[in-house]
Amino acid sequence: MNNDTLIPYIGVVTDIRQDTPDVKTFRVVSPNGGKVFEHMPGQCAMLSIPGVGEGMFSITSSPTNKEFMEFSIKKCGCLTSWLHAMEVGQQITIRGPYGNHFPVETDLKGKDLLFIAGGIGLAPLRSVINYVRDNRANYGDVQIVYGSRSKDDLVDYKEIIDEWMADDGIEVNLTIDNPQEGWDGHVGFVPNYVKELDPSISKTVLICGPPIMIKFTLAGLKELGFTETQVYTTMELRMKCAVGKCGRCNIGNKYVCKDGPVFRFDQLGELPDEY
Amino acid sequence: MLKISKDKLNDLFDLIAQKQTLYIPADRNDGESEYKKYESGMTLSNNLNTVRSAKDFFFPQTENLVDFKMEGKNIEVIDIRQESEDFVVFGVRACDARSFTILDKVFLVEPVDSYYKTRRDHGTIVTMACTRPAETCFCGLFGIDATAPEGDAACFSDGESYFFKANNERGQAFIDSISSLLEEGDTAKLDEVQNKTKEILGKLPLSGLSTDSFGGDKLKEYFNSDKWAELSEACLGCGTCTFVCPTCQCYDIKDFNTGHGIKRFRCWDSCMYSDFTKMAHGNPRLTQLERFRQRFMHKLVYFPANNNGEFGCVGCGRCLSKCPISMNIVKVMKALEVK
Amino acid sequence: MQEAIINKAKQLLADGTVNRVIGWKRGEFIYDVTPAVFESAEEIDKDFVFDDFTSANVSKYLVKESQKEGKILAFLKPCDTYSFNQLIKEHRVVRENVYIVGIPGGPKLDIEKIKAKGITGITNVVNDNYTLKIDTIYGQETMPFYEAVLDKCASCKSKKHVVYDELIGEDGDVLESNRFEMVEKLENMTAQERYEFWREQLSKCIRCNACRNVCPACTCEKCVFDNPNSGVENKAAVDSFEENMFHIIRAFHVAGRCTDCGECSRVCPQHIPLHLLNRKFIKDINTLYGEYQAGADTTSRAPLTDYTTDDCEPSIVHERGVE
Repeated sequence: MNNDTLIPYIGVVTDIRQDTPDVKTFRVVSPNGGKVFEHMPGQCAMLSIPGVGEGMFSITSSPTNKEFMEFSIKKCGCLTSWLHAMEVGQQITIRGPYGNHFPVETDLKGKDLLFIAGGIGLAPLRSVINYVRDNRANYGDVQIVYGSRSKDDLVDYKEIIDEWMADDGIEVNLTIDNPQEGWDGHVGFVPNYVKELDPSISKTVLICGPPIMIKFTLAGLKELGFTETQVYTTMELRMKCAVGKCGRCNIGNKYVCKDGPVFRFDQLGELPDEY
Repeated sequence: MLKISKDKLNDLFDLIAQKQTLYIPADRNDGESEYKKYESGMTLSNNLNTVRSAKDFFFPQTENLVDFKMEGKNIEVIDIRQESEDFVVFGVRACDARSFTILDKVFLVEPVDSYYKTRRDHGTIVTMACTRPAETCFCGLFGIDATAPEGDAACFSDGESYFFKANNERGQAFIDSISSLLEEGDTAKLDEVQNKTKEILGKLPLSGLSTDSFGGDKLKEYFNSDKWAELSEACLGCGTCTFVCPTCQCYDIKDFNTGHGIKRFRCWDSCMYSDFTKMAHGNPRLTQLERFRQRFMHKLVYFPANNNGEFGCVGCGRCLSKCPISMNIVKVMKALEVK
Repeated sequence: MQEAIINKAKQLLADGTVNRVIGWKRGEFIYDVTPAVFESAEEIDKDFVFDDFTSANVSKYLVKESQKEGKILAFLKPCDTYSFNQLIKEHRVVRENVYIVGIPGGPKLDIEKIKAKGITGITNVVNDNYTLKIDTIYGQETMPFYEAVLDKCASCKSKKHVVYDELIGEDGDVLESNRFEMVEKLENMTAQERYEFWREQLSKCIRCNACRNVCPACTCEKCVFDNPNSGVENKAAVDSFEENMFHIIRAFHVAGRCTDCGECSRVCPQHIPLHLLNRKFIKDINTLYGEYQAGADTTSRAPLTDYTTDDCEPSIVHERGVE
């Protein structure tokens, strides 16, 4: 019999990084070393601990990383609590890659890019950001607006400071919700900060974060003159099969696992408001 | 046309069952019928349809997907799949036969579901033309001819004999395999029966239904319809409609710890259930209205949108007779319909 | 009777006693009526139906409906009043928000029993002096009325309304019913026979949960079988044992609270006689703790949650388990 996508591969967790109080980043490789499979930025994988559960997570590492995949996971349910409790060397099951991806080789090529992320919403965008950094010549200016509840809740803070901010042609704008000792950066919510920054409407926008942040940021972008065709986001709904068959992650006739998770806002606008 | 007389039907079943596992609809003692593995002497049910549809043969209610052994930090993945054995399902009605082509559009598109496929590859469907449709039948609405069912081979009864016709190569192979019991027969009486059935089909209470106002392009018309509240008001949120439906195919995947390892299995699920879309951080379908709407939008709008206009219903009427509160797709269509 | 009920509904809507009415809505055929809430005289004139097929017990809907703004009129049959009373006792309904009109009960008809006779293509069913005249697309059929009566009505326990604001028609009495006959028959079987009986019945279960969802005693906000954290959440039968346990555990959970309304068996798409499990508990409670009818009143203490020195010793379980 041919391989069935429902039968997972084994992945070994080779590194665990505590990013924030409730977010850890897990490095996963095949038991024989190297990546379990290739992917494109924005695609996802089903991770599981048999007996605990299986869930869809975006692959936060860039495809340009040839050694391993990374997943930034927030502790919020049964499976994620288990993942947070595990130690280096633990095997998990992994299957994928699933879904579509950000159009890094087509629509985004040559464009000035504006990334807007809130909290754990940075995870899927980090894959694109590092892909763009590794293929720098193919893209224009890059601006990253990233906000979180507090300084401690900024995911990948070290990488942002040490690598992204050090790159030429990348502007990073960080913000946190409330003033905090030791923070002299911007304070305020992401939607307002984006408006304050008044980015050029020639940019193509990639946005991911809590639904409420996305909603207000999109409204703000429209006020600035952006159109829905310029703005991409990535969605998440409950999934079981990850291949458009188990029937639960649909928004209208589109399955987030298969037709998404990446949608342009004009495409989302065609779908019912049920997400 | 090749036929076998009615009193020799069990000889035919015995012959088929010698080579392959045979399933036929058989009566229970509660007035209903269900598919049972044929054992010598078992009688073919006269009922129009079984409570559970024939989808079970390809998409069983529960099936094991993969096993795991957990040892320390290590996991072993055990592929427990096996090639299905050959089997014959005899007496499938035209509605259920069409449901397989609808299920195929889910399970056989890439990535192919190997669990489903192996059963499809090894199952021979022998359909049975209807002669006594019920008031709940509306298969004609979906272009299904109850007197000329699909399936690999079709069987027709004129009351005295059963006639056989192959619909494809597998069906021909089936007929060849039973040819020793068949004889050439005159179809005059069968034609008469067929014509009479066609006449009845045209006069069924639901024969006036139309799908004209439904289809893949009707999302905006119906999603926010104010009818959903009234239609879903009495819905119990049970899974009866889903589980008796031949085309409902949503499933859940769960793990079961046997104490010696983990069995990952899948089982039928229902969009009518409250936790169907529930995630750790919320649920996009919070009330029964949204769940109810999902089921009917899927059949009447989303499925056709993704499958060249084909609807996710075959008009078998099971939900009409089985819903505990008698709410069903016909009532939904009539209430929503924009004339 | 339908006319009297409709007039009463319109009168109570018109004089402002209630702002909506829960009853039964006409369906596609003679038999497929749906519980529904009506808000105007026009809606009632158009669709309200009360006949031999309006068997659904609307009590459970009142858990939600009675939380809403304004008073709702509910027409309750005698058996339905027991369910409602039990819900009052369990503080699951807001009594002041429901205006109850007691209406005569069954016997109601079971369309599946008519269909089980091979009668199909049904377009009309008329009760002609206790002979059913059934019009079908294949011609007229007849069958005795009592052969098509719902199981729950065939063993009716009471014609008395235990809670109401007013009545249409005369009130009846608690009946000497034969409802424990089948339970006794099961008790007299050997353990093996009984096991086989239930295996055959319960193996038909498709886990649709219709029995649970219709049950007026099953009003938990979140059922343990739907709760992923409970460890027993399950949508499918992993093996036959679990399939059995679902129904047995459910019967335990409603023991002493089940009024024997019979809705579980009525809605079962597979005709599993689930009410027999509940009746076994009712019969045992009667034997071990004294006669008790759940829902008969709103104040008495339920036998399984009340300790008295007359209670049987736990060893009874062991003693009775011996063949």
